[in-house]
Amino acid sequence: MKFLCVECDRQMAFEERRLPGDGTLAAAFRCPQCGRVVALLTNPMETQLVASLGVKIGGTTLPPQPLESIRGTVTTGKHDAFEESGEKGEGRGPIWSGEAQERLARVPGFVRGMVKKIYAEYAKEHGLAEITPAVMDTARSELGLEGM
Amino acid sequence: MPLNIRTYHDLTEPDRSGLAEQIGAQRRRVAERLAVVARVVAVMSGKGGVGKSFVTAQLARALARMGRAAGVLDADLNGPTAPRLLRLPVASCTLHDGVVEPAVSPEGVRCFSMGLLLEDGRPLAFRGPAAESFVWRGALEATALRELLADVAWGPLDVLLVDLPPGMQRLAELAELLPAPPAVLTVTIPTPESRDAVRRAMHAARAGGSELVGILENMVGGEFVGSAGEELATEFGIPLLARLRFHPSVHEWDGLAHRVVGSA
Repeated sequence: MKFLCVECDRQMAFEERRLPGDGTLAAAFRCPQCGRVVALLTNPMETQLVASLGVKIGGTTLPPQPLESIRGTVTTGKHDAFEESGEKGEGRGPIWSGEAQERLARVPGFVRGMVKKIYAEYAKEHGLAEITPAVMDTARSELGLEGM
Repeated sequence: MPLNIRTYHDLTEPDRSGLAEQIGAQRRRVAERLAVVARVVAVMSGKGGVGKSFVTAQLARALARMGRAAGVLDADLNGPTAPRLLRLPVASCTLHDGVVEPAVSPEGVRCFSMGLLLEDGRPLAFRGPAAESFVWRGALEATALRELLADVAWGPLDVLLVDLPPGMQRLAELAELLPAPPAVLTVTIPTPESRDAVRRAMHAARAGGSELVGILENMVGGEFVGSAGEELATEFGIPLLARLRFHPSVHEWDGLAHRVVGSA
């Protein structure tokens, strides 16, 4: 998927992705020449169709998690289906604020371990010592984690 | 005056979404994971209820008894049966270093199945808009199949058996995901009705580039009358590997395993 600024005849660059939480997606693209910004808005079905392929509009920076799509989309999974064991080279992770812990506890058990790991890796990548709900919101939007 | 709009391929600057690259990376992950698997064999039939899953499980157990490293991928995502057929232990799946460990049967068969993940008695359901779910559900199932291939630590295997659901869609998805189309072991029952349905599936499999390694006629000697196995074997020029009665003996399964290894 590419966007062309017809007036400048320049390919527009991906700028930002937003997930309002209602199943829709907004992705902004900017013309590097004139600075004009256009937004791609997808409805829930279109958003789901792209997500179903296991790809993310705007790209991805974190390595894929095992069974990422299955864990992120299956709603009838066992809460204790997975047991996370220690990762090689895993050090001390970031601190979770009380509010962030409460929010994490509301995530279904089937996907909770993966969600926790993704946010921890995001915090590490951005040099954040503490994960708060605000960090979770930003990470969710930046990483395209619809429904997490 | 018409607008002068360049086409997609005219635009050569980097595309940060890189959707094609993301798909390519997914395929490479499958190929890398299966690089230590000597042979992928899909157990197929164009007909439901012929015993594919039972054959897959018993064949895998027989291969393990022969000392072969065997795996089973239960690709029947909506009706998984492998955990029970292989008597897999009930335990959580262990995740580590970017992979999930397969469950291991008492004989040493390495297996992964949606049945290990779903709540008892609950169907496979996905989060997503209810309207027109048929549009995206197929893609999600294909993605799930890809993840079961790429993210399970299969390890070195002599044979990975893939238990397909009835129909042809899952074989097409499998062939698309693997570096090369899988070999196919076909299962039928003796009846002409089964023969006709299975024939279509075999033609589709061969057209898709799969090697047909043999045919197995199941449930012989009971109510199901006919000679579908022999007719299909002759028509396609492939071996009829076995004609199995109900409740085959361990000896018969072991014989089949030897013939499958010999033909594959």
